[in-house]
Amino acid sequence: MNLMSLTAVELGKKIKAKEVTVLEATKAALAAIEERESKYNCYVTVDKEGALKRAEEVQKLIDQGELTGPLAGVPVAIKDNMCTKDMLTTCSSKILSNFKPTYSAEAVVNLEKAGAVIIGKTNMDEFAMGSTTETSYYGETKNPWNEERVPGGSSGGSCAAVAAEECSYALGSDTGGSIRQPSSFCGVTGIKPTYGTVSRYGLIAYGSSLDQIGPVAKDVTDCATILEAISSYDKKDSTSVKREDYDFTSALVDDVKGMRIGIPTDYFIDGLDSEVKEAVLQAANTLKEKGAIVEEFELGLVEYAIPAYYVIASAEASSNLSRFDGVKYGYRTESFDGLHNMYKKTRSEGFGAEVKRRIMLGSFVLSSGYYDAYYLKALRTKALIKKEFDKAFEKYDVILGPVAPTTAPKLGDSLSDPIKMYLGDIYTIAVNLAGLPGMSVPCGTDSKGLPIGLQLIGDCFQEKKIIQAAYSFEQTRTYKRPLN
Amino acid sequence: MANIISDETIEYVGILAKLELSEEEKEQAKKDMGSMLDYIDMLNQLDTSEVEPMSHVFSVNNVFREDVVTNGDDREDIIKNAPAQKEGSFKVPKTVD
Repeated sequence: MNLMSLTAVELGKKIKAKEVTVLEATKAALAAIEERESKYNCYVTVDKEGALKRAEEVQKLIDQGELTGPLAGVPVAIKDNMCTKDMLTTCSSKILSNFKPTYSAEAVVNLEKAGAVIIGKTNMDEFAMGSTTETSYYGETKNPWNEERVPGGSSGGSCAAVAAEECSYALGSDTGGSIRQPSSFCGVTGIKPTYGTVSRYGLIAYGSSLDQIGPVAKDVTDCATILEAISSYDKKDSTSVKREDYDFTSALVDDVKGMRIGIPTDYFIDGLDSEVKEAVLQAANTLKEKGAIVEEFELGLVEYAIPAYYVIASAEASSNLSRFDGVKYGYRTESFDGLHNMYKKTRSEGFGAEVKRRIMLGSFVLSSGYYDAYYLKALRTKALIKKEFDKAFEKYDVILGPVAPTTAPKLGDSLSDPIKMYLGDIYTIAVNLAGLPGMSVPCGTDSKGLPIGLQLIGDCFQEKKIIQAAYSFEQTRTYKRPLN
Repeated sequence: MANIISDETIEYVGILAKLELSEEEKEQAKKDMGSMLDYIDMLNQLDTSEVEPMSHVFSVNNVFREDVVTNGDDREDIIKNAPAQKEGSFKVPKTVD
């Protein structure tokens, strides 16, 4: 039996039934990493020793009846921007190349309470800034469907690790599409929850008003189960929201009868690949055949989300990343002349090109004389975008569209033209600005054999509706693995 | 390009951002920032005169809690991450004369 081809919930069941031990599951993940990691580079850090030790502890707790949840004993990979106590946490940056946090992120703590075995930390775009995982200081991750292609980003390592079966599931983070777009490119399922659902405590901040942690897995059942485990109200995150319910698995119901689904006509514009378009419309048709009411509508302001996002995210990044100064942790330049020179040299040597680009832009739009024209203008645009979604959700339960305009591009093709790369986020970014939940579900492959993702967007706190739609759609398909 | 970024602007932003750019990086940054701002200027097509800036999608109020220490004494572990340390403190270059 290939333990790594099971979903997280399937593996959890076998562990619970004593058909598989936690140690066997952990060793299977480590063996898969040993076999395939040199090809894909999904991880920055693999904690073999820690995982084996933890496996024995978790097994004991299961045997004692203290751990009974669906994820107990299942190996997980964590994106390298979430703090893990005593385990290297680099954000795929040189500036954090030696950073071992003294505490774990709340989402990680919640997973550990559920009995997770952390296998390692996954590669990403440096500080989550990028759409390809090519801006990592630790080398690019390759797409398991085609090694000449990018896995997407910024959670490219997490999504590739799930697709390559080098873990049973993973955590990612999503600021402008960083869970959904790589999920789409790697043919896996991922959810970005409503802002405030998962605590950001211990998530190294990029754009604080946009960042959310979420699950990446083989199917919708796994994602709902993982989301249920990691969500919590957390006093340590002042933007954490006390939700009325944290139950997501009850939405795993194969029924879309009467569900109102809207397709924004303004998503189907120039630049959308015809094969992606066809696969997405086919998926809409499938849901219609299952009884959903599918309609086209005009969402509005679609093209304004990207410029507004880059102002807001860069502004927040320039502020958030000011903490990296070579004093309390991380890299410090070797020779310097005084305090300010140390800051400048440390940061200039420690950050990569894309990070510097966004810090510079962010510092500019926040500087006196430009604050109103750029930063406040972007926040006003955000309010208008939110209003468009509010109007749409008066009529629809779910908005359906593509995740990205294309399938995975070739390695090296994206970074040369930043604006072109940013345009690839057109369908995902507005969801972060409006704080909405969104998910990516595989809905086909193109003629090159590359996966295509379907995006389902819900109103705030309506994860259940998109989970139910995604689950119903998933019942019409079988999971496709990139591996033979 | 509608937005021309001057040497002075790049110099000033470098000071704000605490980044030291090489001549080559400065030229690239001028180009990148100019084209990004050209793109961002698209927002001026929208009339936002009646719209309040929205920093958070949910109405957030100040979140208060009792000022009680809940974490343990992890001073030793924290200082282990310091690039330079001396007698249990962070070691930094001279900051005042």
